[in-house]
Amino acid sequence: MLNILYFARLRETFAMEKESLNVPATATVAGLLIELRARGGVWADALGVDKRWRVAVNQNMAEIDTPLKSGDEVAIFPPVTGG
Amino acid sequence: MSTIRVQTADFNIEDELALVRSNPSVGAVTSFIGLVRDINDGSGVTSLTLEHYPAMTERALANIVHEAETRWRILHTTVIHRVGELKPTDQIVLVLTASAHRGDAFAACEFMMDYLKTQAPFWKKEQTPSGSHWVDARGSDDAAAERW
Repeated sequence: MLNILYFARLRETFAMEKESLNVPATATVAGLLIELRARGGVWADALGVDKRWRVAVNQNMAEIDTPLKSGDEVAIFPPVTGG
Repeated sequence: MSTIRVQTADFNIEDELALVRSNPSVGAVTSFIGLVRDINDGSGVTSLTLEHYPAMTERALANIVHEAETRWRILHTTVIHRVGELKPTDQIVLVLTASAHRGDAFAACEFMMDYLKTQAPFWKKEQTPSGSHWVDARGSDDAAAERW
């Protein structure tokens, strides 16, 4: 299982802070995003390829081809705006 | 040596400076303080809420400090970032760098702020008279980080 976390605008848009999901067949960030977009509605809209979001795996910034394995913490959030 | 803190409480640059000045090898100190403004993108801001990703925040800041230390001769770095609700004129962030000579301290301080803006997991939500909204990331911040 993956532990998925959502932050900031995405947490509000999805009305969800966290959930557990099986590791996608492709075992990559890209595969997970495809599964989440397949939910349609706000998921497809907010995670669309033309939208701006970032993914961290185990608290490190990740790329679309970053591999995933069971037990990983995957955080999905908007581009950061601190400082 | 480095100090990294994420806190709701305010900070006092004099306290942080005193710590750095206790090292007699330090000949130059540069600091940056970010403040809450009362206007952003044309609308009044009554308060600002800073959310973060606690498990990742300190690691991201430590990575930024480490990167600066590999690029410049730095004797001390301090990064303090506040979270929670803040008001206009409040301090948000402090980045302070100390080195033997000014060049390293100046460059490392600017580098660390540019990286923090695009790499550290903080998000601002502004409260305005017409409601609240999440602040959008700026393309100019990405460009500032990429020049390093």
